[in-house]
Amino acid sequence: MTIRIVHYINQFFAGIGGEEKADHRPEVREGAVGPGIAFQQAFGEEAEIVATVICGDTYFNENIAAATDEVIGMMENYRPDLVICGPAFNAGRYGIACGAVAEAVVDRLVIPAVSGMYPENPGVDMYKKAVYIIETSNSAAGMRKAVAPMVRLALKLARGEKTGSPEEEGYIPRGIRQNQFAAERGSKRAVEMLLKKLKGEEYTTEYQMPVFDRVTPGAAVKDIKKAKIALVSSGGPVPKGNPDRIESSSASKFGRYSLQGIDDLNPENSETAHGGYDPVYANEDLDRVLPVDVLKEMEKAGEIGSLHEYWYATVGNGTSVANARRFAVEIVKELTAAGVDAVILTST
Amino acid sequence: MVHMCTVVPISLTVGANRIVPAVAIPHPLGNPSLNRDDEKKLRRKLVEKALNALQTEVSGQTVFE
Amino acid sequence: MRLEVGNILINDIQFGDRTEVKAGVLFVNREELAQVTGDDDRIASVEIYLAKPGEEIRIIPVKDVIEPRIKVSGKGGIFPGLISKVDTVGEGRTHVLKGAAVVTTGRIVGFQEGLIDMAGPGAEYTPFSKTMNVVLKVEPAEGLHQHEHERVVRLAGLRAAEYLGRAGQSVEPDSVEVYETKPLLEQVKEYPDLPKVVYVYMLITQGLLHDTYFYGVDAKQIIPTFVYPTEVMDGAVVSGNCVSACDKNLTYIHQNNPVIQDLYERHGKDLNFIGCVITNENVTLADKERSSNMTAKLVEFLGADGAIISEEGFGNPDTDMIMNCYKIEEKGIKTVLITDEYAGRDGASQSLADSTEKGDAVVSTGNANEIIKLPPMKTVIGYPEATDIIAGGSDGSLGEDGSITAEIQIIIGSTNELGYGLLTAKGR
Repeated sequence: MTIRIVHYINQFFAGIGGEEKADHRPEVREGAVGPGIAFQQAFGEEAEIVATVICGDTYFNENIAAATDEVIGMMENYRPDLVICGPAFNAGRYGIACGAVAEAVVDRLVIPAVSGMYPENPGVDMYKKAVYIIETSNSAAGMRKAVAPMVRLALKLARGEKTGSPEEEGYIPRGIRQNQFAAERGSKRAVEMLLKKLKGEEYTTEYQMPVFDRVTPGAAVKDIKKAKIALVSSGGPVPKGNPDRIESSSASKFGRYSLQGIDDLNPENSETAHGGYDPVYANEDLDRVLPVDVLKEMEKAGEIGSLHEYWYATVGNGTSVANARRFAVEIVKELTAAGVDAVILTST
Repeated sequence: MVHMCTVVPISLTVGANRIVPAVAIPHPLGNPSLNRDDEKKLRRKLVEKALNALQTEVSGQTVFE
Repeated sequence: MRLEVGNILINDIQFGDRTEVKAGVLFVNREELAQVTGDDDRIASVEIYLAKPGEEIRIIPVKDVIEPRIKVSGKGGIFPGLISKVDTVGEGRTHVLKGAAVVTTGRIVGFQEGLIDMAGPGAEYTPFSKTMNVVLKVEPAEGLHQHEHERVVRLAGLRAAEYLGRAGQSVEPDSVEVYETKPLLEQVKEYPDLPKVVYVYMLITQGLLHDTYFYGVDAKQIIPTFVYPTEVMDGAVVSGNCVSACDKNLTYIHQNNPVIQDLYERHGKDLNFIGCVITNENVTLADKERSSNMTAKLVEFLGADGAIISEEGFGNPDTDMIMNCYKIEEKGIKTVLITDEYAGRDGASQSLADSTEKGDAVVSTGNANEIIKLPPMKTVIGYPEATDIIAGGSDGSLGEDGSITAEIQIIIGSTNELGYGLLTAKGR
């Protein structure tokens, strides 16, 4: 069975026009178009580009959600086994479009997608985790060199074969960690790495130190006596019995709990779900993790405007940054809707 | 937002902008070696520090000791 | 210190009338072992099982794994300060029942114990699917406070390991390894041209089920100090923790510390192994600063050119490791770190909670969040319902058929940060 491919390109590569046609709305054509012809040649009998979806870069970037829907809808009709996007080289809007389409293909059509970009293309950082992006040069002059690795990787993915390292396959490292068994145990590898380092010889670290993003500091609260404060914690404070069964490590969820009728946390009404610290002290008095008693007093005394009626909790133990980010986005949505002015976040 | 936590270096690394150092990992806002009243006083002091941090304009990551 | 370690190879275990070793088989007198293990009125009952490689057995939850050893000559006894007197150990001769292990299990004390599968895909991730295991299910008396429950089970396991080790006291070992580390100035003089390496041995010390013991002392209370590598071989460092089963250093792993083994392997050839500095991972910032300051000071004082630093645990201990790393590097001493990763189930999140650009040489022992599906096992020793709340498991982890879908975090020793295993992670 020949592998069915749909190719996504922009208005320029489709031969429709340059910048002046960047508002071109999505359209689909049968078979290969523009650079797709070179891809088809490289695929030979192994795969067939059954359709090409074209969209103007400006139209796509200004209507990402709608454009993605339209494009995916068009692709679906052709029942592809895999989608190729671009390559976009260093063209930013094209790279973002390619990345967004590829990500949607993987998520919604549940088939693989391959793109090609120059490492500095903004689409790379945004989409490299979701999609394989073959490294290309920074202009269309690199088209011929980009086709071969894109085709090779596409065939592997379409066939469900195991992919090799970024160096082997030619894609930009996605920043994803994958387990495997090494030939020698870790302690031996450590001794060898140290010997190399001591001799000034080259060695390769098995893990590069992480980089975390930064956010702009929020404005200060003008008048705390009028402010609505909410309590959030990664220390795992939950109602007695952990009704939502938040996991003791690697939490997959957060909980929202009512402070109605609660002036103080104690072993009757609460406990900790967190498995990464000695729970004894928290279970004796959970105010040690979530300072409800003090904040309720402050609310009564008018030292703060009010304490939000819900507290939010998850377990930070071994919980991935991606999950934590996801929880935060949802929590902030709810807090904002509830008119909360500031958050006290406690961690253990 | 103000982050009340013990391991300030982690808070700094992950990017919190207002940080109040807490007591210890298993009891950031308490101290079991104190009696209940003193412990509550300690907790109140820490929360007051946090509220103060919320009311302070900051231009970058700031630890409120 | 000079220690001869006599390895008595054990290739089978069976119950018998006498506890003895005969032709590579460890025979165990069940009643006697139960008596020794249960010799504590805080223990209600002890059940004993055997679990061998390849059998469809799952042991859950696992509290500790200990290697049966016995001191044949030299000061002191195994596990000084806990079941032997506090004499300094690490010299003379010690016999080991190599291939045997004592595994303790029992009602869950907290959230963090893990499992051992003797067969199936899970067996690949734990070293104890390859050992002949004497499994002790220790039931505590009612009403024991958690801290005491942990201590009772810990000591029971150590007693059992020594009792079994005693069977090897007069047996001629199959091989004898000699390990020697001289006092500092002599050691430096012995290999003047080889780079001096110190092993910075981090121990988790964070409270119930997160503690470690050094000569019986709760390591929360120690100041970083020098330890001869051979002291560790006699049980000077004992586990009281299960930080998450995957990166908990079981007592067995301390006894067989692979960093110590692999440094000795090159000692006198490419490096001069000066010794170890043990340090802790406490729960206050001041303690973390103090311990890392003192560790760096001691490593420099010992004249190290390079240091291997192994972490235990994850999360806030990442800060201890990072502090040790940059403070030692700042002194011009080259470091290599051994750590596991918590990169999320998709492997796409940052693997560590803290960072330093000086950490440019890292050995990874794998991403603990990777999901594995374990088939049901014919026999489960312990309490299978623990699966749902164990670290790495979640509601629904335990299938109706007894299968388990959970992170490898749940498997004993799977991402061991002393580098005991072969698991690693690569960037994709």
